Amino acid sequence: MSNGSGNAVRKPRARYIANAMRAFGDRAEPLVEWTIRLCGWSAILFVFSIFFFIFREAAPIFGELNWLEFFTSTQWQPSSEVHPRYGILALLVGTVSVTTLAMLVAVPLGLGAAVFISEFCTGKLKESLKILIELLAAIPSIVWGFIGYMVLGPIIIKLTGAPVGVNLLNGGLILGLMSVPIIVSVGEDALKAVPDSFREAAVSLGASRWEVVYRVLFPAAKNGLLAAVLLGVGRAIGETMAVLMCTGHAVQIPHSLLDPVRTLTATIASELGESAAGDPHYRVLFVIGLVLFAITFAVNVIADLIVKGVRNEQSR
Amino acid sequence: MVPMMTDLENTTPTYTLQTRDLNLWYGDFQALKDVTVNIKPGIITALIGPSGCGKTTLLRCLNRINERYGNVTTTGEVNILGKNIYDDDVSLSTLRKSVGMVFQRPNPLPISIYENILFGIRSHTRRREYKRQQQDELVELALRDVQLWDEVKDKLRKRATHLTLEQQQKLCIARLLPLKPEVILMDEPCSALDAEGIERIEELIDGLREKYTIVMVTHNMAQARRASHECIFMLMGRIIEHGPTLDIFLKPTQPDTEMYVRGRYG
Repeated sequence: MSNGSGNAVRKPRARYIANAMRAFGDRAEPLVEWTIRLCGWSAILFVFSIFFFIFREAAPIFGELNWLEFFTSTQWQPSSEVHPRYGILALLVGTVSVTTLAMLVAVPLGLGAAVFISEFCTGKLKESLKILIELLAAIPSIVWGFIGYMVLGPIIIKLTGAPVGVNLLNGGLILGLMSVPIIVSVGEDALKAVPDSFREAAVSLGASRWEVVYRVLFPAAKNGLLAAVLLGVGRAIGETMAVLMCTGHAVQIPHSLLDPVRTLTATIASELGESAAGDPHYRVLFVIGLVLFAITFAVNVIADLIVKGVRNEQSR
Repeated sequence: MVPMMTDLENTTPTYTLQTRDLNLWYGDFQALKDVTVNIKPGIITALIGPSGCGKTTLLRCLNRINERYGNVTTTGEVNILGKNIYDDDVSLSTLRKSVGMVFQRPNPLPISIYENILFGIRSHTRRREYKRQQQDELVELALRDVQLWDEVKDKLRKRATHLTLEQQQKLCIARLLPLKPEVILMDEPCSALDAEGIERIEELIDGLREKYTIVMVTHNMAQARRASHECIFMLMGRIIEHGPTLDIFLKPTQPDTEMYVRGRYG
């Protein structure tokens, strides 16, 4: 009981401080609560203001724009003096093809890495791999673009004899590598969430480690892994700087991996500066922004619904 | 050796499961110390003792599932049907086919009831080796053996994790049967169940004992007493006493055993 007597000596002062803090806390608590509430609401506020801002800039052209041409024409000639044409089909195809190629690279690599980190390695190796992959996610996209332009481009020219090194293949590879970290970290979380009792059950029935992965973990973590992939897709669709530098930026529907392409994001980034505020070109770029917004919003909502599905599944 | 002893050994049934000087360490901590036991077929052998005495560890040595923990060192022998399972040429997959395990918490896999039953078979045979009809028969037979068929025959394609705990535990026993194991290890198989569930699972286990060698860890003294034929009492990683259940409970030879079965500690 020596502790008790120690407390007794400090008691008057301690009690004074405690009382003062309690009094302050009583008054400060509503303030703190409101601050926190404001922080939470601000996220919603920001999303809506971003949407509102893009919508406001794009809206005036809604009436004049030929929507059919907008979505089905490959003619993108916004700065033509005589007859400007705004067809984003080639850009859409560019975005979709680069994203698809990126996913062909990122999904096997990312899920493979997630499985390796979660199931096949322990201790120091596991920790260092996780840190390294987080580091990979922290590389600025301009640096990835630089690597694609300066390193991967010449390699592609040397290996394939393509006239230019910046093309669909280059953009897809770089974008794929950029999407790997998010797929790994979300995928690893999904695998980690699978109860160990499932692994133990499978192992005790004689399953090998690989069988455990593809016969137990994949079905059990299916939704989480799908969410990981969709988040990767979202990341790839939205990426701008790296694809601007690596894809060649030519408006055309690609016929091979070595054709240069152009994406929606890169178009906005490269042309917004040269268009006059308020003219049709400027407004159409914002319409493209809305299209991108819609695509990423849809991907995120789907990912979210799937993740919710995971939670319900687990609570049942 | 006294000659009489060897005579005696010849008349008793051969042991399915024998350990010789089994020692086990988790890192620096020694969890098993010179464990030597002989376990007979056709009866239920219960492992009893206070928490942390090593009974679950011993059980988990018998199908080498302990090795999942990584920092485990094991020395000594575990012979199952005359083969040391710690030999280098032993395939873990084949070992676990002949030594099945039932866990404390029912752990059906998050797939259908049907696929749970066939999970083991699919790991051990090539695809297409079993025709659809044979698979159906295997599933029905296994579920009938654990008296679960009538309850689940209409929902074989439903996820097994939606069953009640008792049904899940029956399923966990049923899925071992198509593999035709020699030994079934049970780690407190009833501890997650209610009184009626316990009774039915114990009945079920008793019905299985003729075909399999059953080793069961239990915390519940009453259960050990009513559901086992031999008891092994463990303390601090050592075997203290091994004998017929009634002898262990009524006339234990070791003072520690007596203290434990009388409820002095544990």
